[in-house]
Amino acid sequence: MKDRLRRTMLYVPGNNTGIIRDAAIYRSDSIMIDLEDSVSYRQKDAARLLVYTSLRTFDFEGVETVVRINGLDTPYGREDIKAMVRARPDIIRLPKTDSAHDVQEASRLILQEEKKNGLPEGSIGLMAAIESPLGVINAYEIACASERLVGIAIGAEDYVTAMKTSRSADGVELLYARSAVVTAARAAGIQAYDTVYSDLNNEEGFRQEVELIKQLGFDGKSIISPRQIKVVHDVFTPSAKEIEHAQKVVEAIDEANAKGSGVIAVDGKMIDKPIVERAKRTLEMASASGVLSRKEGRYHA
Amino acid sequence: MKIIKTGSAGTLESSDVLITVRSNNGRGVQITLSSTVEKQFGKQIRLVVLETLKQLDVTEAAVDIQDKGALDCAIQARLIAAVHRAAGIEKINWEEMR
Repeated sequence: MKDRLRRTMLYVPGNNTGIIRDAAIYRSDSIMIDLEDSVSYRQKDAARLLVYTSLRTFDFEGVETVVRINGLDTPYGREDIKAMVRARPDIIRLPKTDSAHDVQEASRLILQEEKKNGLPEGSIGLMAAIESPLGVINAYEIACASERLVGIAIGAEDYVTAMKTSRSADGVELLYARSAVVTAARAAGIQAYDTVYSDLNNEEGFRQEVELIKQLGFDGKSIISPRQIKVVHDVFTPSAKEIEHAQKVVEAIDEANAKGSGVIAVDGKMIDKPIVERAKRTLEMASASGVLSRKEGRYHA
Repeated sequence: MKIIKTGSAGTLESSDVLITVRSNNGRGVQITLSSTVEKQFGKQIRLVVLETLKQLDVTEAAVDIQDKGALDCAIQARLIAAVHRAAGIEKINWEEMR
């Protein structure tokens, strides 16, 4: 579960039955059904029930299901966990995570419900969204807080407000937070996800942001519309040239290993361990993205 | 569960249903249904409503259903929410939920 491909996590409002029912048809890597900001206070009970019966009924055809619950400091968060563990999404996402304690408390409550419902311990994964300066400062402790954690995300809107700034086209105000979150995730060996891009009509701006966060090292991004899926998948899918080079590298290293020789070169450039690792990751991503199939340990287009 | 006031849940959006539950003293369960798919699914909708009321141990209620093509799981969710609101009960007993 932990290393699953999560390039796109599509937000789905938790109180909208038609959108929940159809969410999987767009083939984002995950759908993220929301009980938090998209649901008004007066509808929290109704949305929780709707998500509960929907998760127990619909077949999401292999698309991962994530439920964003309300914070544990609200009157709704604990009730959300009770209901959602029984409904069995793949992942529960905790919003507004400021400390390792927030993650540990959520994990403890999930465990309690897993036991009550006869589910194996750890069967529901956990994601933590960091949305405050304090959360960013504590990112590494948060990322290490629980075995259940598959990844951490940066949520930008509350963060930039707390930083007394606002979001800009090039995202300079988020550079530190994004870098801190992705570095913490890598140090802890879990995934990192970027925040939403809200301007649906600016496809070029969106593409630039996706390219930026991929370059920073993120695994994927929360998205707010099916229209955003293709751009993200395109950016995250290795190009034919990158795949070809990666294949050459992997073949060269295999050959060198077979011969017992040390230093090797591909296209006149020396190949060392990090380059081999990157090449393998390129091929894994190409395979996971469906542009390559893996047979007998080799990749075939 | 005893119905003590009027409670409703749901919306009139496509694929959803708006359910209103009122007390119905001494007259058992009465269902009024208006649906865009009443001819094909009216019987099934009533069945889901009756079964869900039974699970919630509701024996007296006037249930008004304005259906916009909701699937069974949405009808169940909206009815359970409406009944709890009409009974003045905030917390769902999740252990009892199917």
